[in-house]
Amino acid sequence: MTGATLRGAELRAAVAENPMAGLGTAASHRVHSERALGFWVYLMSDTIIFAVLFANYGVLTFGMADGPTPHEMFSLGRAAQETALLLLSSLTFGMISYSALSGQKDRALLWLIVTMVLGAGFLALELTEFRELFAKGAGPQASGFWSGFFALVGTHGLHVAVGMIMMAVMGVQFVVKGLTEPVLSRLYRVGLFWHFLDLVWIGIFSFVYLPGVLS
Amino acid sequence: MFGRLTFDSLPFYSIIAFGGAAITVGVGLAILAILTWFRLWGWLWRNYLTTLDHKRIGIMYVVVALVMLVRGFIDALMMRGQQMASATGHGFLEGDHFQQVFSAHGTIMIFFMATPFMAGLVNFVLPLQLGARDVAFPFLNALSFWLTAGSVGLVLISLVIGVFSTAGWVGYPPYSGIERNPGVGVDYWIWALFISGFATTMTGINFIVTIMRHRAPGMTYMRMPIFVWTVLCSSVIILIAFPALTVAVALLGLDRLFLTHFFTADHGGNLMNFTNMFWMWGHPEVYLLVLPAFGVFSEVVATFSGKKIYGYSAMVKATVLIMFVSMLVWLHHFFTMGASATVNAVFGISTMIIGVPTGLKVFNWMFTMYRGRVRFHVSMYWTLGFMVLFVIGGATGVMHAIVPVDYNTHNTAFLVAHFHNMLVPGVLFGFVAGYMYWFPKAFGFTLNQKWGIRAFWGWAIGFTLAFMPLYALGLMGLPRRTAEIYNPDFLPLLIVAFIGALCVLFGIVALVVQLYVSIRDRAQNRDLTGDPWDGRTLEWSIPSPPPAFNFARIPIVDQIDPFAAAKRAGGKMQYEPAGPVELPVPTIVPMVIGVSGFVLSFAAVWYMWWLFVLAALVMLGAVIGRSFVDNNEFRMSQREVDAALRGSAGRAGGVQ
Repeated sequence: MTGATLRGAELRAAVAENPMAGLGTAASHRVHSERALGFWVYLMSDTIIFAVLFANYGVLTFGMADGPTPHEMFSLGRAAQETALLLLSSLTFGMISYSALSGQKDRALLWLIVTMVLGAGFLALELTEFRELFAKGAGPQASGFWSGFFALVGTHGLHVAVGMIMMAVMGVQFVVKGLTEPVLSRLYRVGLFWHFLDLVWIGIFSFVYLPGVLS
Repeated sequence: MFGRLTFDSLPFYSIIAFGGAAITVGVGLAILAILTWFRLWGWLWRNYLTTLDHKRIGIMYVVVALVMLVRGFIDALMMRGQQMASATGHGFLEGDHFQQVFSAHGTIMIFFMATPFMAGLVNFVLPLQLGARDVAFPFLNALSFWLTAGSVGLVLISLVIGVFSTAGWVGYPPYSGIERNPGVGVDYWIWALFISGFATTMTGINFIVTIMRHRAPGMTYMRMPIFVWTVLCSSVIILIAFPALTVAVALLGLDRLFLTHFFTADHGGNLMNFTNMFWMWGHPEVYLLVLPAFGVFSEVVATFSGKKIYGYSAMVKATVLIMFVSMLVWLHHFFTMGASATVNAVFGISTMIIGVPTGLKVFNWMFTMYRGRVRFHVSMYWTLGFMVLFVIGGATGVMHAIVPVDYNTHNTAFLVAHFHNMLVPGVLFGFVAGYMYWFPKAFGFTLNQKWGIRAFWGWAIGFTLAFMPLYALGLMGLPRRTAEIYNPDFLPLLIVAFIGALCVLFGIVALVVQLYVSIRDRAQNRDLTGDPWDGRTLEWSIPSPPPAFNFARIPIVDQIDPFAAAKRAGGKMQYEPAGPVELPVPTIVPMVIGVSGFVLSFAAVWYMWWLFVLAALVMLGAVIGRSFVDNNEFRMSQREVDAALRGSAGRAGGVQ
């Protein structure tokens, strides 16, 4: 299935013309495109998960009960920092893909580490926020509103954590397997996942943090 | 160490519960004993436990579905008996136990009978009808099956250890919340739905990509068999509907575990949110089950009428229309919620609209038979029975679409009669028709016709006797899910309904006898041609049972029903030149993940968190390990392909 795997200068020469040209066979290209399509379809169903969570959150904004309000609790500054880290990590993921497709393994690995550091920074900020909310009595048990908030933002955070695991696996595969066609194919799907999380986050920033602070 | 699992969790609280547990354990042990006695473990391991072959996976799905059909039906029989007995006394089931029985019945029949039955038929048939060697993602396919099997195991073990949910198959909060339902029952229900819902979503993705990418050359979308069209639309519904269920049960689980307030009655929770999310999945679910059944009926009617399906393009359009509208009707499950008249009117009208394409299909099936040379194969019995009974159910469905009528029949036995009227003749008859239609393709011999017809009459008469009285009882004021009825006026109709259930019991016994007789007489009923019914689509152009790779050479398609056309022209089908055949390498990993899913859920239900973490790590490790496998297919040389074709016991297909 894999076909020939080129390495080094030979590989670079091949991909200079066409990133996938030096790799694999017609059959393996078909497999790659099928898996990409499958992953797109999966992302559609994940989109519905987030859509339902957004709708749930929207309904539960009427469920503050006597709990704290988002206006008191949200920090737009921190949300902006999280946004910056995540958007930047999408850019650096683009650099992973670019380096990997041009056969530069070390550079790809470097960008991968940078992306993971940015992702870890995002998660650290989010966990800090959660801890502070808990401390101020705005945990998920505080009211329907806070349950909805933690469900939506927490599910996104969980996805980011899964994305980090995927990237760690990709890093190991870069080292162990090199930039072979199956590895590049997997990298493509991890990329789709990571950029998708960016999009969801933009939704969270626009529909959770901004209105929450402005309310 | 064992969380909240104690000796008291064993079912010694009632003799009936103990009996159910004893039967479950007994049957399980008997199966293990038979496998060991006949030294079948190796065979099972090679052919089923590690297989990635879509045909074998399909067969396993159908086996699971048939087993769960029996389990769910026993629940139904108990309910009919209890309601009949309680019209003049107390009956034999305590209230809580009765609630467990109807909750298990609904959950099992929808999630663990109908859904696996559909997944099984589609798995077996879809690649064959497309002219493909397998589904797009064989590993994912096996994974879906084993996760489904894991959640089936969870439902079965709830009968032995602990209790099942008492909150109905819909599990509405706040009754399903931790305050009012502190036991393990609702948790069993949540985890079983969560795991099987995930599996079904993956199956839907798999089918969509298979249809988009694995059609034989020349098979444009408008040349696909109707069954494939219905599977495509059904898969799209899966993709869009199932996430809502996943979210609903996950949030309910959070409410129960972490005392959050998604669906609580206080602290700003909103319990109608659950109901909305549940039915955003629940109504599309009905259509994603019934569409493939419609597909089966279309194949059966065309084949046994010896004609192309009437109005192919109208059939396709009706299917697509149903797909869209199915997602816009969910609110009719709770018109009584108190939404504004406008909202109710919108959903009432959309509910009436969805009857139009469905009615169109019924006409198309009738026109397909009109002036056809109709052969009364047993699958045709199921199809005709469906057409008569399903139209009655459709009519009562449109009655419910009228909001003021719905206010009066909401949560009465009338409603129970209506949805059984859709699901039994619609979904179940369709899947059984498909089972009898494609059985020879799967095993190389036909099913006994006589017992199949007896099973049909048992089901058709039994269904009518069991549910027509419920329409009347509902209008007389019998609420659904009533454990004790105390009203002797209801007794005569309840007795009729119980007799109906006994007739269905005969139908089920006849299905078992049919299987036994057919296996016993298989030598006489061999399907040597690969085409026992004079079929029209690609699956009949290959030997029965098909070789592992299905098609030695990939057929080329230039019209609807290509195999019928080739036979009519007396010529051969067109094929691509022979090339290498690549098949997925068998692996035990999907089963490992499925079993881990079962262990993980069981641990979560009983709060054994160390075990939960352990199982989660095994699953994660298996997935990561799998991601390192590059070569997951093996190649067969032309000689091996020829040998395998001869190995199909000389049952080479007519034109292959």
